[in-house]
Amino acid sequence: MILCITKCIHYVLHVAIFKKTNDTKVIHQISIMDRLKRTTFILFLMLVASLLPLGGHASSPEVGTGNGKVRDHQGNGDTTHKANYTKKAFPVLSFDYKNVRTPFEISLWVLLASLMKLGFHLIPRVSNIVPESCLLIVVGLLIGGLIKLVGEDPPVLSSKVFFFYLLPPIILDAGYFLPMRPFTENLGTILMFAVVGTLWNAFFIGGALYGVCQLEGDYLGKVELLSCLLFGSVVSAVDPVAVLAVFEEIHINELLHILVFGESLLNDAVTVVLYHLFEEFSSVGTITVTDVFLGIVCFLVVSLGGIMVGAMYGILAAFTSRFTSHTRVIEPLFVFVYSYLAYLSAEVFHLSGIMALIACGAVMRPYVEANISHKSHTTIKYFLKMWSSVSDTLIFIFLGVSTVAGKHNWNWTFVIATVVLCLVARVLGVIGLTLVINKFRIVKLTTKDQFIIAYGGLRGAIAFSLIYLLDENHFARKDMFLTAIITVIFFTVFVQGMTIRPLVDLLAVKKKQETKRSINEEIHTQFLDHLLTGIEDICGHYGHHHWKDKLNRFNKKYVKKCLIAGERSKEPQLIAFYHKMEFKQAIELVESGGGSKLPSAMPSTVSMQNIQPKKPSQERALPQVSKAREEEIRKILRTNLQKTRLRLRSYNRHTLVADPDEDGWNEFLIKRKRMKDLEKMSHVNNYLTVPAPPPDSPTIARARLASDPQAWVIKPVTGDIPTIKVELASPQSPESVSVVDEFKKSSYEQEDEDGDGLVMKATSLVAKKDETGEDDKEPQQRLQRCLSDPGPSAEDEEDEPFLP
Amino acid sequence: MGGSQSDRAHKFQHLSDKTGFSIDQINSLHKRFMSLTENEGVLRREHLDNIINLAVNPIRRQITGAFFDKRNLGQNEDGYLQEIEFEDFLTILAFFTPPKQGTSEEEKQNIKKEKLRFLFNMHDTDNDGFITLDEYKRLVEELLSSNETIETETAKAISDAAMLEVASVTMGQMGPDEYYEGITFAHFQKILKGIQIETKMNINFWNLDTIRVQCGKSK
Repeated sequence: MILCITKCIHYVLHVAIFKKTNDTKVIHQISIMDRLKRTTFILFLMLVASLLPLGGHASSPEVGTGNGKVRDHQGNGDTTHKANYTKKAFPVLSFDYKNVRTPFEISLWVLLASLMKLGFHLIPRVSNIVPESCLLIVVGLLIGGLIKLVGEDPPVLSSKVFFFYLLPPIILDAGYFLPMRPFTENLGTILMFAVVGTLWNAFFIGGALYGVCQLEGDYLGKVELLSCLLFGSVVSAVDPVAVLAVFEEIHINELLHILVFGESLLNDAVTVVLYHLFEEFSSVGTITVTDVFLGIVCFLVVSLGGIMVGAMYGILAAFTSRFTSHTRVIEPLFVFVYSYLAYLSAEVFHLSGIMALIACGAVMRPYVEANISHKSHTTIKYFLKMWSSVSDTLIFIFLGVSTVAGKHNWNWTFVIATVVLCLVARVLGVIGLTLVINKFRIVKLTTKDQFIIAYGGLRGAIAFSLIYLLDENHFARKDMFLTAIITVIFFTVFVQGMTIRPLVDLLAVKKKQETKRSINEEIHTQFLDHLLTGIEDICGHYGHHHWKDKLNRFNKKYVKKCLIAGERSKEPQLIAFYHKMEFKQAIELVESGGGSKLPSAMPSTVSMQNIQPKKPSQERALPQVSKAREEEIRKILRTNLQKTRLRLRSYNRHTLVADPDEDGWNEFLIKRKRMKDLEKMSHVNNYLTVPAPPPDSPTIARARLASDPQAWVIKPVTGDIPTIKVELASPQSPESVSVVDEFKKSSYEQEDEDGDGLVMKATSLVAKKDETGEDDKEPQQRLQRCLSDPGPSAEDEEDEPFLP
Repeated sequence: MGGSQSDRAHKFQHLSDKTGFSIDQINSLHKRFMSLTENEGVLRREHLDNIINLAVNPIRRQITGAFFDKRNLGQNEDGYLQEIEFEDFLTILAFFTPPKQGTSEEEKQNIKKEKLRFLFNMHDTDNDGFITLDEYKRLVEELLSSNETIETETAKAISDAAMLEVASVTMGQMGPDEYYEGITFAHFQKILKGIQIETKMNINFWNLDTIRVQCGKSK
């Protein structure tokens, strides 16, 4: 059967390819690329299609496939049949699928999801118009259809799988990387939208639907008010998965993003409470005032309880990470496990798991990041992104499959009414709330903002799963609800998801500004914080800044001491930022091969000399230095300082900084070779690094770096070769040490007249000695100290240099 | 303490028009002003130093200075006043009001420029029109001073790096012998373009009823 299907597909696709290639004979190159792309994609499809029947077969054990010796017509229990046979030869090859069925299926699905993701990026045109989530749902539909064609029962998105395995990674990813500053600044607005907005939506939709049902009479008349309200509460919640999926691609400005996204996260508490409330009472049938009151209390308990549970686990995680300096390898595990436990613990008490997860991630992040190594940080980041990406893809595919699989009950009135009411409720809610909110906001929300907020209220898989969980006995119309929910989800994801990008462009909504976080901005942001706090104190009014300042001080005084290991606890934010920036820049410089990028945008020849105040008296102090020597020194210093300036300019927050240890050793060599070639090509080029370090053996070099900064003196006399040294960090940071070492080592491999090794200077403090060479040592010392990264203590066993 | 009721109402109306505060806000601020100055009616530096919460602020010196700075009060000379009146108090606080909803783009730019000018004046203590490296260094040191461990070398490094960045961004090409005097106001505007000052540098004055009328007298 598989062969049959694959053969069909092969044939169809071959025809398609050949047809297309006939038309494109004229332009060879482009057609080849196109063909290649198309074939690759089609190959994927074929692979997928071949996997499908297997997956389909896998879901039902009736059909026996295989090349085993025992052919079984009944299909059950190969083993039992074996017992009836006379003794056969020892089975060399046997087929025992049932053993591995579950993990096999899961892996197949994950593989499918990843292949889909790959496939979409091979066809750039489509992914520009249609957001990924839509494509995934379509794929899910196709797969569901295929499975049905094969005759199997497509799997439906089990709520348990969804809530326990698929949802947490996405939420943790969102919570861990939640931008705290805009979130806390807009917290009031977000809460208003999340709580009041969702309540309004739920009751409006529920009530209106009930009205519609009553009006309609015959078929829908039996739907009770409580069922409608329950349905309303489920369908009104904005879904974080869908919002993330769509908003991520449109790069909208930070404020709107955080508003919609924050709302989607925080409305979980409301949804949970309303859901349980209505579910409980739908069996009873009536709600009294006490119940309403209890519901409100329940809401407070659910949300605050969830946050507290999350915060508690977050603090535990932070505390644990304080002691992981000797076992760096399992650091990421703590982050994941504690967060997952927070989620599950909240679910035990029917608290809001999503809020627990967000609280856990947000609380633990500043402390954990101060404690763990850079590699662990990268690991956490990549794992979270990977899991959430796979989850996201799987969820949408399953949505598509479940649509085909589920029992449907299409009722025009109900479905159309739901969709219309959802839209209307959302718009009215947003407008009404903004009127109130704008009275309290400094930065008012404009009409454009309101439109985007209203339009960005996407529904998603959470709603679907919640409806799926309903008990059929209590809710006679469950399949109708299911159909309606799916329609709403499809509508929001397809229509709203696809059109939001052109609308954003049309309305000229402000996009996300890709600004580099410069150190000036950091300084002034901090300055502003203190200034505004001061002004608030003078006015005597305890506003937003006052409390934030108090929290910061409390944090610094008590909490950081407990939760952050070692000296990092005392490091002020500005210095931490500066160190991080320096480190990143140094790595980037190393990565880029030390300046082979020629200055492009704004060549700036400003260097430290230009900034330091002139000291005329010093000039006359040393009449001994000859003119020629002076010129030499000056030239060397100038080149050195220009290097630094280049480095500062290339600082970009969004570049993915590569860990030098991650790159292959070969890459370094290649880069350096390229650099040397470039340099050979242009003689007079001040911007390239050319080094001439003292030829030491690596161990001596490391020892020197560790102990005696004074050894790194510039030797101006060795020809016309400027040296550029880097002291990336004190020996406590093993990664940087190994970088320098690697470069030093690479020097010996190359016999170049230009010298060996690449040594780069990290900052420009050496400037002062325009005329003298004496202050050389002093700034070097200062250099080392200020670049010292008193971070996680040195772990030699983990970070070994490439060559021992 | 002021004239009769109608007199004061008049004065407040005049102030409201000038600074943009509402009458209620001016009333509350007036109460606060009076309590700060112990009913004297003129504010001196010591009065501001008496506020407890301000004492832990790392940049209190500059904040206090800003209130008495003649440049902020619209006078063309430099230097500092010894004491200010309520009207001046309000003038300074008016720098922290957000632009009203109906303002045009041009007015918003003006407001932004004024706020940036206020900040610039806070840094440029000797009023030569430049923020020199020393002034910047002092700023960074003050920001870091709230920590027990001040590393002056780090402060110097940070201020050097920041200055270098400003120079690179604004000056572009500079020969090795040229000297970058300091950050001028134009450069200051340029480097802080990324921070939306007109939205950030604001205090919510709407809930001034929660003003604590007593200011603690420490020391």
